[in-house]
Amino acid sequence: MSSELRYTANTQLEHLHARYSGTGHADLTKYEWLTHQHRDSLSSIVGHPALTSYVAIADGEAIGRVRFEMTERMLQPCGPPLGKDED
Amino acid sequence: MHLYNLTLQSPTAITHAIVGNFSGARQQELIVSHGTRLELLRPDIQTGKLSTVVATDVFGSIRSLAAFRLTGGTKDYAIVGSDSGRIIILDYDPKTSSFAKLHQETYGKSGARRIVPGQYLATDPKGRAVMISAVEKAKLVYILNRDAAANLTISSPLEAHKNSAIIHHIVGVDVGFENPLFAALEVDYSESDQDPTGEAFNNAAKMLTYYELDLGLNHVVRKWSEPTDLRANLLVQVPGGQLASSDRYDGPSGVLICCEDHIIYRNMDAPQHRVPIPRRKHPLEDPKAGLIITSAVMHKMKGAFFFLLQSEVGDLYKVTIEHEEEEVKSLRIKYFDTVPVASSLCILKSGFLFVASEFGNHYLYQFQRLGDDDDEPEFSSTNYPSFGMADPATALPIAYFKPRPLENLVIADELESLDPILDAKVLNILPNSDTPQLFAACGRGARSTLRTLRHGLEVEETVSSELPGIPNAVWTTKVKEDDPYDSYIILSFVNGTLVLSIGETIEEVQDTGFLSSAPTIAVQQIGSDALLQVHPQGIRHVLADRRVNEWRVPQGKTIVQATTNKRQVVVALSSAELVYFELDLDGQLNEYQDRKAMGSTVLALSIGEVPEGRQRTPYLAVGCEDQTVRIISLDPESTLETISLQALTAPPSAICIADMLDASINKAQPTMFVNIGLQNGVLLRTVLDPINGQLTDTRTRFLGTRPIRLIRVQIQRNSAILALSSRTWLNYTYQNMMHFTPLIYETLDYAWSFSAELSPEGLIGIAGSVLRIFQVSKLGMKLKQDSIPLSYTPRKFITHPSNPFLYLIEADHRVVSTETAQKRLAELRSKGKPIDEDVLNLSPEVFGRARGSAGTWASNIRIIDPIEAKTIHVIELDNNEAAFSLAVVPFSARGGELHLVVGTAADTLVSPRACRSGYLRTYKFIDDGRSLELVHITEIDDVPLALMGFQGRLAAGVGKALRLYDIGKKKMLRKVENKSFATTIVSLCTQGSRMLVGDMQESVFYVAYKAPENRLLVFADDMQPRWVTTQTMVDYTTVAVADRFGNIFVNRLDIKVSDQVDDDPTGAGILHEKGILMGAPHKTKMLAHFHVGDLVTSIHKVSLVAGGREVLLYTGLHGTIGILVPFVSKEDVDFISTLEQHLRSEQLSLIGRDHLTWRGYYVPVKGVVDGDLCEMYAKLPGSKQSSIAGELDRTVGEVLKKLEQLRVTASGF
Repeated sequence: MSSELRYTANTQLEHLHARYSGTGHADLTKYEWLTHQHRDSLSSIVGHPALTSYVAIADGEAIGRVRFEMTERMLQPCGPPLGKDED
Repeated sequence: MHLYNLTLQSPTAITHAIVGNFSGARQQELIVSHGTRLELLRPDIQTGKLSTVVATDVFGSIRSLAAFRLTGGTKDYAIVGSDSGRIIILDYDPKTSSFAKLHQETYGKSGARRIVPGQYLATDPKGRAVMISAVEKAKLVYILNRDAAANLTISSPLEAHKNSAIIHHIVGVDVGFENPLFAALEVDYSESDQDPTGEAFNNAAKMLTYYELDLGLNHVVRKWSEPTDLRANLLVQVPGGQLASSDRYDGPSGVLICCEDHIIYRNMDAPQHRVPIPRRKHPLEDPKAGLIITSAVMHKMKGAFFFLLQSEVGDLYKVTIEHEEEEVKSLRIKYFDTVPVASSLCILKSGFLFVASEFGNHYLYQFQRLGDDDDEPEFSSTNYPSFGMADPATALPIAYFKPRPLENLVIADELESLDPILDAKVLNILPNSDTPQLFAACGRGARSTLRTLRHGLEVEETVSSELPGIPNAVWTTKVKEDDPYDSYIILSFVNGTLVLSIGETIEEVQDTGFLSSAPTIAVQQIGSDALLQVHPQGIRHVLADRRVNEWRVPQGKTIVQATTNKRQVVVALSSAELVYFELDLDGQLNEYQDRKAMGSTVLALSIGEVPEGRQRTPYLAVGCEDQTVRIISLDPESTLETISLQALTAPPSAICIADMLDASINKAQPTMFVNIGLQNGVLLRTVLDPINGQLTDTRTRFLGTRPIRLIRVQIQRNSAILALSSRTWLNYTYQNMMHFTPLIYETLDYAWSFSAELSPEGLIGIAGSVLRIFQVSKLGMKLKQDSIPLSYTPRKFITHPSNPFLYLIEADHRVVSTETAQKRLAELRSKGKPIDEDVLNLSPEVFGRARGSAGTWASNIRIIDPIEAKTIHVIELDNNEAAFSLAVVPFSARGGELHLVVGTAADTLVSPRACRSGYLRTYKFIDDGRSLELVHITEIDDVPLALMGFQGRLAAGVGKALRLYDIGKKKMLRKVENKSFATTIVSLCTQGSRMLVGDMQESVFYVAYKAPENRLLVFADDMQPRWVTTQTMVDYTTVAVADRFGNIFVNRLDIKVSDQVDDDPTGAGILHEKGILMGAPHKTKMLAHFHVGDLVTSIHKVSLVAGGREVLLYTGLHGTIGILVPFVSKEDVDFISTLEQHLRSEQLSLIGRDHLTWRGYYVPVKGVVDGDLCEMYAKLPGSKQSSIAGELDRTVGEVLKKLEQLRVTASGF
């Protein structure tokens, strides 16, 4: 791969990553991957009415409450990130 | 394997509801989304009843719904946000009574994804723009406008994205005619994702952001962004803007931010107002538990507005804003009423509140008062320092109210909803029923029910009275043509006729001109004001002045059959001759000069009604003993000539010609059907060609064991046919489509329509010597529901092998059990705390039970007698135990004595799953199964989610372990265990010594029990991870499984592997086989896969019609009931799948979801044809129908017949 091509491919990739949040890349840490997974799952539960009802029945909460708590959890679903040295 | 999927009952849950003038008329209508279905409901303002106008499958998942109206318009449109990656604008066309897609704009990938918009919708109150948003980042704004021809136009999307922002809610801000403004509640996660100390996470702020659409620059800008309460979850629009005519402001504009425990009024550059959300003054209430608002509605009246906010426990609050021009003076909140927790609230201008319950039945309430002048405590922001915002971080003092029964609202109508169905069984235990019933455990919390569903229309009986003898026929008649109601009831007995007059009371009358000394064959109001009676000896024509013209039968003959309409009379004589009469213009009945000899005894006769504006109907159908039906002309040119002939398989017993609308055949006008009932209980329905009198398109149906009688009646101003056999059936038109449904009613011997002031659309029937007057009002509901109330959310239920009772377990999380509640109340009383008894006595069905923290459970075991429809015994569980599974086990150690084993767990936490201890409670059946006696309790280490009887022992899925237990004196004794399962065992089924184990996340495992070595060995599993919810064995090697994402699939194990495993006596072979893909040595093969769109909670292999094929019936959480029917021939498969392909290319989805990708949402659809799509064929325009039929080398009639046949033979629906 010529250096020029690598350069253009990279910018495209960066552009795509910025556009599609949640897309993985080569240097993805376990924490980032897991966080993306959780956010995707949580938004999927919120986005599918039957699944939200199911969770609400299991947990004995109102659907509105389940939806709210799931969206809240998307902020930091897997706890704080690991420090630089711990990576 | 090829299966045909048919939905018998569409989902009944309502996920969204909107109100608007969708048909453009003055009346408001509701559009509700059932998740995968859109329905338009029209409330009747006089009666307060809701009726369905149109309902359509959208073949996709609807995630949001909004109504909007262009500035100055009179008609509302609906915008749909779905998982199709497209924004859809729908228009309801009242002419064709259907939804039309006005715009479909693609913006992203399909699927309910994190950054693809569709989750939230907000419209500008002036209808100039709409914002559609995803859960994260993406927000698109579309400008809506009119073009020169006044058509609605939509712009290309404008982006209002914000990276790494989680969106909680969006709403349109009312700014009058200034640039449209949208408010969003967002949290940014970019900093907390980077900060390992967690400080950024703790400091993360929830921002209220205003996005302004600059109409001049065609651009969206972030106008304003301010932090607000961290636990904010919902925004509500506050009216604003100036009226064009005056300088007065509609309201202060801005938004209400609903937070946990508080409501905040907020607007740009304006002081905030905050009030607490009042809480119930309940002695067991936990003041630390937060309370959020889950749904809200704003209502504008002339010069005023108010909000109704509903909390997560169902309390409605009325919120008002006092304002001067744009300045808010105070924000006030007070308790309004308590209704079921809603997914959407809609206020209609006519004074109704529609509550689309999140679980259970939906209600329409009528406002009695607006809660203005009651003594309910009101909490105003002016009572708190700085309008409650002195210290936004700390909570305001808790406000309390006293809950009470409804004061401001009354129930006007109730829509039955099965949502959620948690478990179901198909059984035939009701007496006198030849088709099975479905028992469904439905509902949540104290509103739960066990419902018995029977296929058929509900009948409301108004009168039932004993007669002196057994009549053989009944008629009703008007006296004059233009009478609104019937005047006489005529009963024919073996040796006489009785005439009753309908008035204040029903009594016998003598001087009617009817012959009372002979039986009657037919009665007709003829001409403008005359009556006609046909009796075996002749015809009496009773004129308005009571003069009687009588036509007498020639000597030695009698009349055996007769048929009449307003202008024509045909009688058949015992000599097999037909005599034809017609009314002339002077009102004289004239006999046609010739008689027609039929050559065979006439068994049935029928003519249709006289068509509007005509002299006569041109066709007569005659059924003869020689097993034929002839169509005979009554046209003056060719009177009494035979036109066509149809041979039958048995002698006919009745014929009925009726003009009925069936949109699948002719959308514009009614089709003339000839219905022929045979003596063997089979009904033939043929179409009579109005031009040439030929009979085409014959369809057959088996109705019952008795010879059929057919009666033409009026149901909801449309022609309908009542078919009487051993069951009574009604053939009617509903929403332009023809339906054929049994009535859930006694067997009738004869019936007729009955119209009186009190029941204008009734029916009258005789059953033995009893006269019954009844009506059929709910035409759309094909399943009649009867419910038995339950206390908590039902989890599972089972039948007993020898008695008819059902054993059901119920459990509710976060609910304090009755016993604990009593204990805590006693404690409070002993401490001398005052306790309000009124609050404790409120009905739990409306107000719910006292709530507890996570890990609190209320649970019981219930015995139900489904025949008597009542509970016969309840065992409450104590010690915070909750029941999760149950099984009836014949323990061979006790000589096969049946025991009920209930799997429970104490202090269970749902997520992550944990419990203090699991238990197996073993009960003995006493009193013929009417009661239970506890034998012993066995402590186990995890939650037992699945139990099953297995070869005289108990098989239990306890967490990850599958165990076999045998009964001991003091405990269950563990005999064998296999702990190799992946996550948690949720379902078990068995045949022979094989067990199928459904794992919560890892699909189904095939397990062999090898008795000689006492081993449980996993020998096969699935290649894909599946989140199993339920499974059922189709045969020894095949299993039908449903997963949590709405899929249903069939897996089969290779028969060779199956045999090989069975031939290995010790299982040593399996034990030492090499595993594949880190799993079992053998893999199952997927045969069929289908995405239902609803989370399937139970699957049953049953036969729904007597003598019919076995089908797979499934029930879904949102109330879906569907079947998967195996195809019998390759021909059918080819034909139906080609038809499906053609219909797919028609793009019928209203929300623009591609059908193939929807049915293959997670895994490509395999081996299943979607019958719901195929049945859309009937609704296509005629030209489309014939072009598709042409491609298939069939006629339209043949295609329709095939579709009907598939439905009828499999389900009887």
